[in-house]
Amino acid sequence: MNDKLYKVILFIAALIVPIVCGGVVYALVTDAYDAFEHFGFFKFLTSSEWSYTEGAEQYGALPFITGTLTTTLLALVFCIPFSLPVALFVGEYFKGTRIAAVLSTVTDLLAGIPSIIYGLWGFYTLRPIIMALNISPQGSGILTASLVLAIMIIPYAASLSAEFIKMVPNDLKEGAYSLGATRAEVIGKVVFPVAGSGIFSSYVLAIGRALGETMTVTMLIGNTNNIPDSITSTGNSMASIIANQFGEADGLRLSSLIAIGLVLFLITAAINMVGKIMIKRARIS
Amino acid sequence: MKKIFYSVMTLAIVATMVACGIADSGNRAAQELSGAGATFPLPFYNVVFEQYAEVNGDAVAYGGIGSGGGVRNLRDKIVDFAGSDAFLSEKEMADMPEVIHIPTCMGAVVLAYNLDGVSELNLSGEVIADIFAGNIKVWNDERLVALNPGVELPAEAIIPVFRSDGSGTTFVFTDYLTKVSPMWSETFGVGKSVNFPAGQAAKGNPGVAGVIKQTKNSIGYVGSEYAFAQKIAYAKIQNLRGEIVEPTAASISAAASGEIPADTRCSITNSDASGAYPISTFTWMIIYKEQNYSDRSIDQAVATLDLLQYILSDEAQSITSEVHYAPLPEKAKEISMTNLKTVTYDGVAILQ
Repeated sequence: MNDKLYKVILFIAALIVPIVCGGVVYALVTDAYDAFEHFGFFKFLTSSEWSYTEGAEQYGALPFITGTLTTTLLALVFCIPFSLPVALFVGEYFKGTRIAAVLSTVTDLLAGIPSIIYGLWGFYTLRPIIMALNISPQGSGILTASLVLAIMIIPYAASLSAEFIKMVPNDLKEGAYSLGATRAEVIGKVVFPVAGSGIFSSYVLAIGRALGETMTVTMLIGNTNNIPDSITSTGNSMASIIANQFGEADGLRLSSLIAIGLVLFLITAAINMVGKIMIKRARIS
Repeated sequence: MKKIFYSVMTLAIVATMVACGIADSGNRAAQELSGAGATFPLPFYNVVFEQYAEVNGDAVAYGGIGSGGGVRNLRDKIVDFAGSDAFLSEKEMADMPEVIHIPTCMGAVVLAYNLDGVSELNLSGEVIADIFAGNIKVWNDERLVALNPGVELPAEAIIPVFRSDGSGTTFVFTDYLTKVSPMWSETFGVGKSVNFPAGQAAKGNPGVAGVIKQTKNSIGYVGSEYAFAQKIAYAKIQNLRGEIVEPTAASISAAASGEIPADTRCSITNSDASGAYPISTFTWMIIYKEQNYSDRSIDQAVATLDLLQYILSDEAQSITSEVHYAPLPEKAKEISMTNLKTVTYDGVAILQ
């Protein structure tokens, strides 16, 4: 009797999660429908016009898709030179030592810092440096946002990569050493090929994190609705345009913002799925 | 001894009840009013509602969700009043039952700037329009130099800062630019959100002010209440009469000294009054003329009118300058009192 009751409770609890997820998708789709219907799905995605003129409203998502993709890719590029060494340090060179434990704890700590704090640091510390170095006159922009995003995703990329590097079988490494390989050769020829897909998947998950980051990007990207023409110019990401404009929006503009939300949702879901599949493969091999 | 204790307690209870009865206005029960809308007058409303609660016993809850959101809530009939920095257009008014606009206080949009070694800056409407349109790109542009004799303007690029979110502040600012610059009116127009071509944007008055404080050679528009409270450097602006005017409570009020239409729906930017600061504005509370909707009681309707009457009173208006706004001119108050008398419940005028 009791067993049955537990089963029912468990079943209901487990069912709620997919229902909530389905409900979110349903709400996004229905509310975004107006925008897609009015502008056409592909035109909405490829138009760079974002104009409020009453009666002649034009909303296209391209500037924001560009903003999101450029900040994310740049963040990834900036993060690799830091996250990969940390992963090697913790997972290979100093595996199991106290110093590795400290470094990995500190790295994980970065993941726990709320994004508003990264935003504040970026706004009050990094932005003045960018201005002082004459990289851009206004300080905010794609570059500034990407730099801070890079720091934010380091822990995601580093700790997962370290796990996969740790998992490389000792037999393989010892075999390579016995053939006279140097440590660098072992890393390049044994560790990376074996842990490769695992490392790749950890970066995919880090990308998933960077795509949806809102607060930090809103504070640093400059919030202009045009396609950025260089990495120092201002722009807007999909998350930041929604955060900026949902308050006063209604009608077609609200629907367009929700449509952008839906597109962001789909991109993030796809990236996460790719990451999950890669992890599974890495574990099996 | 016990007896004395009881009688003291009874006396205390009676006294409390009497006190409550006095705090109540007239013979109705204390009401809970709710409103939503513009964030611009929020600091003023916070103080006024608190004082009103002390005087009348009615509690007022106000959500600063933006003018657009406030009007939406009124259209959905879920609030007693909406706060808005922009009066409703004919089209918006046609979408809902008859409403009346009651101005509650005045404010302005000021041009805040960050320039090393420049403590006074004069601007004119056309120059502002050209700066924000990206036509005037450097601080030592000859038109800026002509307006600021004797001021050492740097040969640096101007960084305009504007609002990334929809805002009544943007509406008032672009309304002014549309009036003074044909170029602006043709290319960008007026609205709560406008596509500024140059510079960078930030969310909310604090966001814009924060960026200006942090960014050398920047200039941006900020609500006066915010700029005054934060002591940011702001520019004097040439008005329609050619006077260079600093935004103050007096110069903002002066902008409304001209004609005010019977429904108070008017823009007072670019006012031709002497001594008027040209980017001034009213902020309004909007209520339905017929107060019996969504099962509201007559008491609630009376409380709504009591609140508006209180805001128009000298007592409440004297608070305006303390919290960095400007008081309404006499004429706006008179017209509004007349308008309040047309408000009905079930077709019967509430105020006699």
